[in-house]
Amino acid sequence: MRVMAQIAMVMNLDKCIGCHTCSVTCKQTWTNRSGMEYAWFNNVETRPGQGYPRRYADQDKWQGGWELDRRGRLKLKQGGRLKKLLTIFGNPVQPTVQDYYEPWTYDYRTLTDAPLGDDYPVAGPRSLLSGKPMDVKWSANWDDNLGGMPEHGTRDPVVERMQAEVGEKVRFAFEQTFMFYLPRICEHCLNPACVAACPSGAIYKRAEDGIVLVDQDDCRGWRQCVTGCPYKKIYFNHRTGKAEKCTFCYPRIEVGLPTVCSETCVGRLRYLGVLLYDADKVTAAASVQDEKDLYEAQLGVFLDPDDPEVRRAAERDGIAYDWIEAARRSPVRALISTYRIALPLHPEFRTMPMVWYIPPLSPVVEAVSAAGHDGEQAGNLFGAIDALRIPIAYLAELFTAGDPAPVRASLDRLAAMRSHMRDLNLGRTPDGSAAGAVGMTPEQIEEMYHLLAIAKYEDRYVIPTAAAGDARRLEESALPDGCSLDYEDGPGMGGDGPFGADSGRKSLPLVSVESFHIMRRRQTSDDPGDAQ
Amino acid sequence: MDILLWGALPYVAFASLVGGLWWRHKYDQFGWTTRSSEVYESTLLNIASPLFHYGILAVLGGHLLGLFVPASWTDAIGISEHGYHLISLFAGTLAGVLAIAGILMLVYRRRTNAPVFRATTGNDKFMYVFLVGNIVLGLTAKLAHSSISSGYNYRETIAPWARSLFTLQPKVDLMNGVPLAYQVHAVVGMFLIAIVPFTRLVHMFSLPLQYFFRPYVVYRSRDPKQLGEVKPRRGWERVDS
Ligand code: SF4
Ligand code: SF4
Repeated sequence: MRVMAQIAMVMNLDKCIGCHTCSVTCKQTWTNRSGMEYAWFNNVETRPGQGYPRRYADQDKWQGGWELDRRGRLKLKQGGRLKKLLTIFGNPVQPTVQDYYEPWTYDYRTLTDAPLGDDYPVAGPRSLLSGKPMDVKWSANWDDNLGGMPEHGTRDPVVERMQAEVGEKVRFAFEQTFMFYLPRICEHCLNPACVAACPSGAIYKRAEDGIVLVDQDDCRGWRQCVTGCPYKKIYFNHRTGKAEKCTFCYPRIEVGLPTVCSETCVGRLRYLGVLLYDADKVTAAASVQDEKDLYEAQLGVFLDPDDPEVRRAAERDGIAYDWIEAARRSPVRALISTYRIALPLHPEFRTMPMVWYIPPLSPVVEAVSAAGHDGEQAGNLFGAIDALRIPIAYLAELFTAGDPAPVRASLDRLAAMRSHMRDLNLGRTPDGSAAGAVGMTPEQIEEMYHLLAIAKYEDRYVIPTAAAGDARRLEESALPDGCSLDYEDGPGMGGDGPFGADSGRKSLPLVSVESFHIMRRRQTSDDPGDAQ
Repeated sequence: MDILLWGALPYVAFASLVGGLWWRHKYDQFGWTTRSSEVYESTLLNIASPLFHYGILAVLGGHLLGLFVPASWTDAIGISEHGYHLISLFAGTLAGVLAIAGILMLVYRRRTNAPVFRATTGNDKFMYVFLVGNIVLGLTAKLAHSSISSGYNYRETIAPWARSLFTLQPKVDLMNGVPLAYQVHAVVGMFLIAIVPFTRLVHMFSLPLQYFFRPYVVYRSRDPKQLGEVKPRRGWERVDS
């Protein structure tokens, strides 16, 4: 057993209103630069829909992720090391900017410089790539809210696969369809294909928190990672010639703050926390034969931090005490492993993604209510979950490689929670049958409800700081003998370094660490008492 | 003049190459990239770029063979001067033509595709002139002084001169009678070598051969200096270690 820690995310899709706030704040933070105009580290796509970039999930075309070779070993779908080096002079399957969309601005000068006249001046779109006038024909969310579905909908790779595999036809007529939003960021995979694909070794997974980053100094612009990532979450900056990707807002995570997309999410639907996993088991889990077993296999990689054996091993492997404690309180672990309502996105790509999703119950509730039944009654909902084959099959293609059972189980639990809580709200005593039907106790259901519906800031984000381990050592060294700088090789209390004040090594200012946490509590607490 | 061109310039070029690479590595790793334009246009690039790169690699191999493998070695494995000439003529011309065809397509693409053209810097244009120019020069020099039966034997003049550079006693006289086309080609070539570190050509030094030898997934630790620069204190040993 080799214990490693991963900061993971869970999104509750029922709550996503498709407002794109997360995308916009992310863009303002990370990609509002020339060269990255077309890149959205966080994007929100409407499903069914082609996604962004167009049809990215069609790996027959884009060759992303891993596959098993004839001997059952993992290999990159885009080809082995030799093939990749031989084709390094032109990546044969790299999406061009047209597959994302051609970024544009408007010719605002025609507005400001327009002479006084009777007609309204129009600012025409100008391509940000060529500077020439262009027609706007596609964008990062062109098919938002099922826009243009009769034309584009059937090109959704998931819809195509359902058609081919189970013979289910997804309808796009207004009354017959269903939809939900799928916000996507980099999955910070346990078995990242982008890292494996990079010939320069510039992409790496951080050992402490599992965040996958691109070293901008080491990247040489070979673009293999763009192909390697099956989620197409690596973007090539066409000005600097370097690959860039979602950073999981690591500077914020390091000091215990949630990512920008989580912090600004209007639906408050994102959860962040630590998961412990066994790094020795990852490859085996990613190479199970049947795609439908990948979800269970990945669950098997996660470790239970309440198990003393695991805690011992974690400590042996250098995981800080705060992290182990954070893993026990992790909302992400509760949603993934305890309640088993969160599911991975496209596990069949075999990268072991670490941003998981709670499938949306709302298409089901809506269908039941639209048919004139009580959409909050457990019996009706359970029945509908079984009957609504098409949405369930669609979700299964997204989250469990086509196996409807885990999706159904997850939705059943959400339905049971809905009806149990409704009883409580109406002052009835729930008889526990709804909870029992999904194998949970009423207490568990209420805890789950607390996490999903109340979802206080502190419950949603349990992020140990990167420096916590270091900070504790600093505090300890500060207290007993008076001087925090009196450690081995430190400059000691001499005050100034060799070249005057502030020269030499500096240490973390302890006071500001402390007031930082006090301030944070004041800013984020839901309790007015904390505000003083 | 001869001493300047054939005795000093090679060393200047070499110093510029090595010094420039060191400088670039130390101060501008961020700019060290292929600056690929494949996101703009992929179809033509996927034909032209491999064509050019494989062509130019073959040309490079030919130069190494011609300049640094003495005629006596090839004689020793039974390749006659005429045989060598034919190989060098046909294989060399083929490689040169491939490289030229590739680079002409690349230049055409660069000029006609608006986004690609907009992404072309002055530095790139400057470099392209010398690169294209020198490939053409080299091919003309070769073809102008060759026929099927015989050709200019640079392995008696240019090659020994090139090798003598390594002994730090350049045999400048050897370059005296060399046809002008070859001389120009050599001078421009040395200039190209000198500017490699300062142009996008620098990406030739990052051919990622290490990829064959590393595990697929790379882990790195957060730089501990970024937060609290305190080394862990000596203390109790960790359990199980
Ligand atoms: S989702 Fe992120 S970590 Fe996974 S392969 Fe793509 S870029 Fe890499
Ligand atoms: S901010 Fe939240 S609710 Fe809005 S689109 Fe993003 S994930 Fe959905």
